[in-house]
Amino acid sequence: MVTSIIILSIIGLVSATLLYVISRKFHVEEDSRIDEIESILPGANCGGCGFAGCRNFAEQCVKATSLDNLLCPVGGNAVMQKIAPILGMQAVEQAPRIAVVRCNGSCENRPQTSHYEGAHSCAVVAALYSGESNCNYGCLGEGDCAAACDFGGITMDPITRLPYVDPNICIACGSCVKACPRNIIELRKRQEPRVFVACNNRDKGIIARKVCSIACIGCGKCAKSCPNGAITITDNLAYIDDSLCLSCQACVAGCPTHAIHVVNESAKENISINEKESAIC
Amino acid sequence: MLKTFRIGGIHPNEHKLTAHCPVTPVAIPKQVSIMLNQHIGAPANCIVKKGDTVKVGTLIAEASGFVSANIHSPVSGTVSKVDKTANAFGLYATTIVIDTEGDEWEETIDRSPELKEEITLSPQEIIQKIAQAGIVGLGGATFPTHVKLTPPKEFKPTVLIVNATECEPYLTDDHALMLESPDQILVGCRILMKAIGVEQTYIGIENNKPDAIALLEQHAARYLGITIVPLRTRYPQGGEKQLIDAILHKQVANGALPVSTGAIVQNVGTAFAVYEAIQKNKPLVDRVVTVTGDHIAKPGNYRVRLGMSMRELIDIAGGLPQDCAKVILGGPMMGKAVSNLDSPIGKGCSGILILDEEHAHRGAINPCIRCGKCVEACPMGLEPFLLAKLSENHLYDRAEKELITSCLECGCCAYSCPSNRPILDFIRIGKNAVNRIIRSRKQS
Repeated sequence: MVTSIIILSIIGLVSATLLYVISRKFHVEEDSRIDEIESILPGANCGGCGFAGCRNFAEQCVKATSLDNLLCPVGGNAVMQKIAPILGMQAVEQAPRIAVVRCNGSCENRPQTSHYEGAHSCAVVAALYSGESNCNYGCLGEGDCAAACDFGGITMDPITRLPYVDPNICIACGSCVKACPRNIIELRKRQEPRVFVACNNRDKGIIARKVCSIACIGCGKCAKSCPNGAITITDNLAYIDDSLCLSCQACVAGCPTHAIHVVNESAKENISINEKESAIC
Repeated sequence: MLKTFRIGGIHPNEHKLTAHCPVTPVAIPKQVSIMLNQHIGAPANCIVKKGDTVKVGTLIAEASGFVSANIHSPVSGTVSKVDKTANAFGLYATTIVIDTEGDEWEETIDRSPELKEEITLSPQEIIQKIAQAGIVGLGGATFPTHVKLTPPKEFKPTVLIVNATECEPYLTDDHALMLESPDQILVGCRILMKAIGVEQTYIGIENNKPDAIALLEQHAARYLGITIVPLRTRYPQGGEKQLIDAILHKQVANGALPVSTGAIVQNVGTAFAVYEAIQKNKPLVDRVVTVTGDHIAKPGNYRVRLGMSMRELIDIAGGLPQDCAKVILGGPMMGKAVSNLDSPIGKGCSGILILDEEHAHRGAINPCIRCGKCVEACPMGLEPFLLAKLSENHLYDRAEKELITSCLECGCCAYSCPSNRPILDFIRIGKNAVNRIIRSRKQS
């Protein structure tokens, strides 16, 4: 009995000393501010900031010399304003952004030419063929973006079979942008109203128009009508630079194929997907 | 006991409906469309413009690198446009469209039917001429043949293997070609042997083609160093690594080139094209295409000028049947469903398969029950269910360790899955992603 107590106590003592020595020898000096910043961050670990999770973002903040290029899209400016005083820096107010789907190829605009019945994944479809319509650039409608969204901010509209981004949920983390095999989704500035080209077709106008009635044909009318030079045409496709766009909508009326879209968030009624009927095509 | 490969494999119903149809030449189409990317590697560079007149065999597009292939006009006539058109899968690519006028061939092409056995060219000249003739692997892979005949210096080929297995169900174009032109094929083999400097050729033929085995054995006696190897019918015996295993009993190490075993594998159709290019000066302008399906009126093996539209050929074979639900380019195992029938037939088109409503659809997808049938069927000894799951969840590091890159996309796993899981679909995207990662790692 006594021997066992003594032996156990000795083992305990030796182990404790050993652990103490090791912890001293291999001690890692860590900036306490990392923990502090991490506790402020939302903890979504979405990767939207471009780093591997919230802790990594906190480490990058501590290392950085300025907060200009660092933004937690989930927490937004409010969180960045809280982080800034910890590091003794200034956080520049950054314009909030939102994911924008640059394709409007619903059934009536883009006829279905084949029926796909393989695995439900846009990546798989993209590796096989042009998709259910003949458009080589448009939305494939299998919902890789919706599956990638950690916040449930994207749903597939059963009627148009296009993704619908909920402006109340989307925090512009960029997961959907990476998931889309056709690079249709883009993060754009939240403007009121938001003006963008809802097409990604880079083929010549005659081909683009053949596969989709509302495709951008690269005619350049919009570029001429823009008072601020925000619109450029590359590879038969118009692009509106959101940092220059004044939301004046001068380009919208002139577009012969109605490829330019205006989204007026505040005026938009809240569509509930469940109320809609099932797919028509 | 007949030879076959050792790991995995399946034996689907053969459905060789057109096995005894002789090769039938079809009328020259009124218009042909030639895609510049109908081979593996860099697309060819177009060297003609609208309004140019061409003859059969005129070079119209030049190889744009070492791994690329020349393209020749399959008809005589006028170039009507050079523009983007959709291929069989709806993807747009640059195409040369030629309106046919008459049938005038380049003077250098010998169109006489006599067999020319004597090989006068040196090995280098043979390979150069094969490259000029734009020959690619005609089994379906369309890998430029001259590249395959010039292996890296550290490997010395010791044997030529000719793939005449035609392991895909339904397809019979190689079979018909063997019955039609055995001597031309055997001379083609002799030419390839001279080009790579080997003394031995094995022609692997599956035992579901006894007439082709007997005929080639009878003719091969006249040619030095050519042996016919009958093989037990099993899919995917025509895979390069499987065929080497079946005939030589040697396995290609992971990530190594098949030539590391000393064997160079060529398709029997390629051997025929090589004969025509070297002995008759004829570039690759036509090929045999099997048009088949349970309900098609006139299934058969047709000799078709490249660039003819698929719809035109199907019309010649009796038109699309009423209950047609799916058209597949190639065989049912490795072929892909077509979404645009107006696309042209390219160098790699071995068959057009028309499936009816009953056979065209995939079954409902159920959860994996871990039965291991896909593991048993995989001819590369991989674990397909795991690879599919890994690539579905973007775990590419692990997928690379599990050798996803050695998948040959034969489809045995998806075929044998009782839950109808789209295993190959996911493996294919995972394989592409891992290959991309490996390439960028090498670059950096």
